[in-house]
Amino acid sequence: MTGMTTPSGLVLPRYPRPGAEALTPVGFPDYRSTASRAPLLAPVDLPQRLTEVTGPLLGEGRVTAADADLTRQHEGEPQGQRIIVHGRVLDGDGRPVPDTLVEIWQANAGGRYRHVVDNWPSPLDPNFTGLGRTITDGQGRYRFTTIKPGAYPWGNHHNAWRPAHIHFSLFGRAFTQRLVTQMYFPDDPLFFQDPIFGAIPGSARHLAISRFDYEQTQDNWALAFSWDIVLRGSGQTPFESDDDGDVA
Amino acid sequence: MSARTTPSATVGPYLAIGLTWDDGPSAVEPGTPGAIWLRGRVLDGAGEVVPDAMVETWQADPDGRFDHPDDPRGARARPGFRGFGRSHTDSGEYAVCTLKPGRVPDGEGGLQAPHVDVSVFARGLLDRVVTRIYFADEAEANAEDPVLRSVPADRRGTLIAQPTDDGYRLDIRLQGDGETVFFAL
Repeated sequence: MTGMTTPSGLVLPRYPRPGAEALTPVGFPDYRSTASRAPLLAPVDLPQRLTEVTGPLLGEGRVTAADADLTRQHEGEPQGQRIIVHGRVLDGDGRPVPDTLVEIWQANAGGRYRHVVDNWPSPLDPNFTGLGRTITDGQGRYRFTTIKPGAYPWGNHHNAWRPAHIHFSLFGRAFTQRLVTQMYFPDDPLFFQDPIFGAIPGSARHLAISRFDYEQTQDNWALAFSWDIVLRGSGQTPFESDDDGDVA
Repeated sequence: MSARTTPSATVGPYLAIGLTWDDGPSAVEPGTPGAIWLRGRVLDGAGEVVPDAMVETWQADPDGRFDHPDDPRGARARPGFRGFGRSHTDSGEYAVCTLKPGRVPDGEGGLQAPHVDVSVFARGLLDRVVTRIYFADEAEANAEDPVLRSVPADRRGTLIAQPTDDGYRLDIRLQGDGETVFFAL
């Protein structure tokens, strides 16, 4: 397997840090909540050792097939445009990440979250919770049925509106691969004024936007969007030597 | 084929909808012999408690082993021990029930001090921030730990949990005086 050999002979996978052009900064001034929360001191470099290249392999018993259909969690169906959201979870080498937990949460069709601190004047939907879970299959594929979330105002600046989005949480197979992110929809007219989208480096923003997928739409039933998620991977030559020249 | 990494985004204020598990805080079943609680507050730059963060932990078992195939010593499962915990801070602090980890090889012929890897997610953080929890009653191991030694001496204390009646306590200061050491992975 791709990895590095430490001087004591442990062969570990490696998950190199992407360059700054690929990383969303922790803090971003236009997103006001970062002002008192984002650390101010530079992070200390942490070479990846055993604790960082392992991680929880979650899934067994955590989800049921029903958890992937957010439109079937109540007696009635939720309001809104029924959609399929599907794609693959890959590593940086383009290899599928199988059997990994994918968790999503989202607002309802009117842009309202089922959460005590969301009280803007748009109604809750008694038939929508907004929580989904699934496990990727052997090819790293995931698939949810849900409704398209609405945009909503959030007070970050005058007339601030979040573009429609679905929150995604992924584990991969290593602590280093942990990712929480947001999936957007193509051609959203609200991107220009959203600092959470705008904090993503310009050359990487398209990676957060799903693709309308006519092939996967279902006649008389649902539209479809496709979105592949790429976790950190090795991106390295197998058995490349360590810094000290020690070769596996 | 190489693929570009998907950029991160904040969990936002509504993370509790998606990331709540009934057994989230239980890296080990409460009541397990040797179980301890790791607790602490998450504080912002003004010293205010952050009530909408999520703290996740990942660690070795008491023998320093992981239930994971990429551990070159072999995966070793410990019944009832998940090694992973997640806790919201809506009560004012995080709380994870676990077993104290053992020492783990450092890859350079030595051993790391017992430690827990920690991710903190919150509204206002566009990516997780990563830190570690060490244990104050492991002074000898801590003194030779390569990660602690890489941290300026006057900041190491921000990583070291203090013993309490039922485990250990460590506050995480996101910003400002006594800012916790965060790591770039």
